[in-house]
Amino acid sequence: MHTFGYRANALLTLGVTILALMCAMASFSDNFNLPSPSAQVQVLNVNWFQKQRNGNDEVSLTLNISADLQSAFTWNTKQVFVFLAAEYETTQNALNQISLWDAIIPSKEHAKFSIHTTNKYRLTDQGSNLRGKEFNLTLHWHVMPKTGKMFADNIVMTGYHLPEDYR
Amino acid sequence: MDWQGQKLAEQLMQIMLVAFAVVAFATGYAIGSFQMMILIYAGGVVLTTLVTVPNWPFFNRHPLKWLDSIEAEKHPKPQPQQPSSVSKKKSSKK
Repeated sequence: MHTFGYRANALLTLGVTILALMCAMASFSDNFNLPSPSAQVQVLNVNWFQKQRNGNDEVSLTLNISADLQSAFTWNTKQVFVFLAAEYETTQNALNQISLWDAIIPSKEHAKFSIHTTNKYRLTDQGSNLRGKEFNLTLHWHVMPKTGKMFADNIVMTGYHLPEDYR
Repeated sequence: MDWQGQKLAEQLMQIMLVAFAVVAFATGYAIGSFQMMILIYAGGVVLTTLVTVPNWPFFNRHPLKWLDSIEAEKHPKPQPQQPSSVSKKKSSKK
């Protein structure tokens, strides 16, 4: 501590160490937040349901997605990435996951939303297994923190059916 | 900066930084604002820098009192009595 440089160095070192500790504590404090989000998805219409030339089934859906993810936000949350996936089982694969729609929620004020949309990404099967298929719609979200650990969770909504015939 | 001043500067630095960190974290958590925590802590670091890094006069209140040179000449520093034995030891090692 005898010269200007040594004092500046000591202050900088301790200052950054304490800052890292504060960030770690902020990340740890996220564990005390127990979110209770809700989500509902309605399939309003099957716009088309066809077999592509290569033999894969493709569906276009009109969806109404409403969700309340406000409780997932804490003081250490930068943004929440949310996506809706269709999940179903085929003889080839025990779990098929197809992302239909996604969004980035920048703040808590935007975390309660209701959106009317067609699927943003194509719902295409590997094969032609979709006729009469029962599927789940799962809302996944990833909570991206300002510092520390990222949290991920989802809500599974069951009981959706695709039509028996192409249209 | 004298010895007492150095001790004071180090203690001041540590106490101030930890105190500002505690206040910043508590405030940020209470009002739910990460930005406020960072701002308070940044302000604290700047203030601590201004207080402890420059060589302020209050760090120099306990100057060392050296003996006068005349006083030192009256009591000469004792010289080593057997310089020959030391050199023998060194040479024996070689």
